[in-house]
Amino acid sequence: MIGTLLRIHWLNLSRDRAGQMLSFVVPVAFFTIFGLVFGSQNRGGTQRVHVAVVDESHTAVSDRLVKALQREKGLVVLTRARAAAGDTTRVPIDRRRAEELVRGGTVPVAIVLPAGIDTSLARSGPGGGGGPAIELLSDPSDPVAPQVVGGLLQKLVMTATPDLFMTRGLGQFERYTGPLTPRQRQGIDRWLPLLKARAERDTGAGTGTTSDNGSAGLSGIVQVEVKPVLGRKEDTSFISYYAAGIVVMFLLFTASAVAGTLLDEVDSGTLDRVLSSRVGMTGLLAGKWTYLTLLGVAQVVVMFVYAMLVFHLDLLHHLPGFAVMTILMAGTTSAFGLFLASLCRSRAQLGGVSLLLILAMSAVGGSMFPRFLMTPTMQKLGFLTFNGWALDGYIKVFWRNAPLPDLLPHVAVLLGFMIAFLALARLFARRWEQA
Amino acid sequence: MAVLRVEHAKKAFGRTQALADASLELREGELLGLLGPNGAGKTTLVRALAGRLRLDGGALELFGRPLSPADRREGLGTVPQEIALYPLLTARENLEAFGSLNGLGGAGLRAKVAWALEWTGLTERSREPVRRFSGGMRRRLNIACGVLHDPRVILLDEPTVGVDPQSRERIYEMLGRLRAGGVSLLLTTHQLDEAEARCERVVIIDHGRVIAAGTVPELVGATVGAERAVTLRLDRPPAEAVAGLAPTDEARVFRGQVRDVDVDLPALLAGVAGAGCAVEDLEVRRPSLQSVFLHLTGRELRE
Repeated sequence: MIGTLLRIHWLNLSRDRAGQMLSFVVPVAFFTIFGLVFGSQNRGGTQRVHVAVVDESHTAVSDRLVKALQREKGLVVLTRARAAAGDTTRVPIDRRRAEELVRGGTVPVAIVLPAGIDTSLARSGPGGGGGPAIELLSDPSDPVAPQVVGGLLQKLVMTATPDLFMTRGLGQFERYTGPLTPRQRQGIDRWLPLLKARAERDTGAGTGTTSDNGSAGLSGIVQVEVKPVLGRKEDTSFISYYAAGIVVMFLLFTASAVAGTLLDEVDSGTLDRVLSSRVGMTGLLAGKWTYLTLLGVAQVVVMFVYAMLVFHLDLLHHLPGFAVMTILMAGTTSAFGLFLASLCRSRAQLGGVSLLLILAMSAVGGSMFPRFLMTPTMQKLGFLTFNGWALDGYIKVFWRNAPLPDLLPHVAVLLGFMIAFLALARLFARRWEQA
Repeated sequence: MAVLRVEHAKKAFGRTQALADASLELREGELLGLLGPNGAGKTTLVRALAGRLRLDGGALELFGRPLSPADRREGLGTVPQEIALYPLLTARENLEAFGSLNGLGGAGLRAKVAWALEWTGLTERSREPVRRFSGGMRRRLNIACGVLHDPRVILLDEPTVGVDPQSRERIYEMLGRLRAGGVSLLLTTHQLDEAEARCERVVIIDHGRVIAAGTVPELVGATVGAERAVTLRLDRPPAEAVAGLAPTDEARVFRGQVRDVDVDLPALLAGVAGAGCAVEDLEVRRPSLQSVFLHLTGRELRE
């Protein structure tokens, strides 16, 4: 009995190509894609963080710190940049330019060493305080980078300016236990220059590495102030990221599912009947595309309004950019759905193909995992997917307050994808016209 | 006068010649039955007429005008074999949708939808989704969606397949009302008894060619002849052969033919009595369309 049932199922599977694909090929394909997206995260260690450094202090101490930062292997440091777009001369980065670099997404963090940083460092530590803090101008879209840079700063300040900390420590010691003896003072005076020279030599030799530990233990010794340059709470920004990421992925699923009604209509004969009426194939596809686009827009609006009401997403201040990205995204997704449906021979085939493509595109495009945490190669690969461009556009709108002209590349790319998908859908749909 | 004409239609799908020089005509106001075994080319022909298929050769004419594949089929309605409806839409919504796709709108559309609901007997159920309908109701609605735009010629591809006798009656009643209004109908079917009873003329197509066309008596006369078939079951096999009777696979069952029942049948029965046998059962059958069909297309299965 069981043998007969096994034989029936085996025969069914052996003749069902879609079933075989879903059982064996799709899982392997997914494993490959997700392995490439997520598995490469730890290959070669943690990603280096790009930072811009602004030295407003211009002292020997701040200079030592800048050099230490440049030698830090966990960081890629930018101290000079073009004065303005189109300008070829590179000038030292000031606070305004640093903010621009962060806002434009060139770097996730800018370190500002303010005037008076020497005093601050000399007073820092337990019982100390006062003086300006080191500022981290951060992009709230990347909450990890300021944490990493903050930790590294704690370490670098300690390793680059140990003499200052020693002086401060001895001051505290004398304050509570009485002055040092002349002999002790002589010894200290001989030791401090050596400490400073050694620190300078070490900094110059580039001994600082991300593998050096101690950052976590030193956390809080140096005053570091994180300032989101976009003036928004990080959690709110991340809500917009995930609202966009999730809705873009589900838009793809909805579009392919609804476009699949085309295949149902072929099976039921409804398509034949519709095409026998006054509606041609172009009109039919245009009607379906319009409906799908409106449905997509409604889906995105529902998601973002919900995010606004429940998670306090600042939707109302980004309406123009949101409208542009939403309409384009919905239109492109709809065209993609129609393309897939016209490409496939059956609902089962469409189900398998769309599942594989959409999940892969969502992974690479950034719907499942922020692209800025991926390897540079995977980040570039994301731009081959139209949903990656859409997500990037939403990020520009919500995180960077990008004005509409800044969305032009995204508009152009999405329009290109849309037209290409519609043209392909029309081409493949010819088989349903006259045999 | 012919409202629809097919001349020397040819169509091949790969190596399969679906239509090979098929010609027929549909006359004004008639119900023409298009018959043929599976794969004979009926649906191919209907699809070509509906503009859903491009012929390799031959010509089509509608109301005397040549018809190219791209021409709009004004005045032509098509009812597909499949239930080509939107199952989640109500009967009324389906009618409105297909009426609109065929160019109706406003008060005209509303009037036609009301007419169609009454015509199909679905007025009471007009607001129910089609998926809840019985097979017969769906069939009737399927027909209505193809005739909303008042076509003068309607192609019906097996409109009664899979429905109960009551629904079948209702469907022919509906078609009768259309014909009363002067509409010409071309109907494909495998229900030979229906075709014989309802159609004025029939066309039999096989291997893509029209092999016979005419009224049923004409076809009978031209093929199997007018003789009645007689089947006798005797109480025992006769000792000697009886003139005019042929044995069958069953030992006590014999078949024969009579031209004139009044004269020839008594003579046959006398022969049986003369052989010392008694008749247990007797059946006299006039030649039917089924006989003609099997005579022309053979008994071999078509897969």
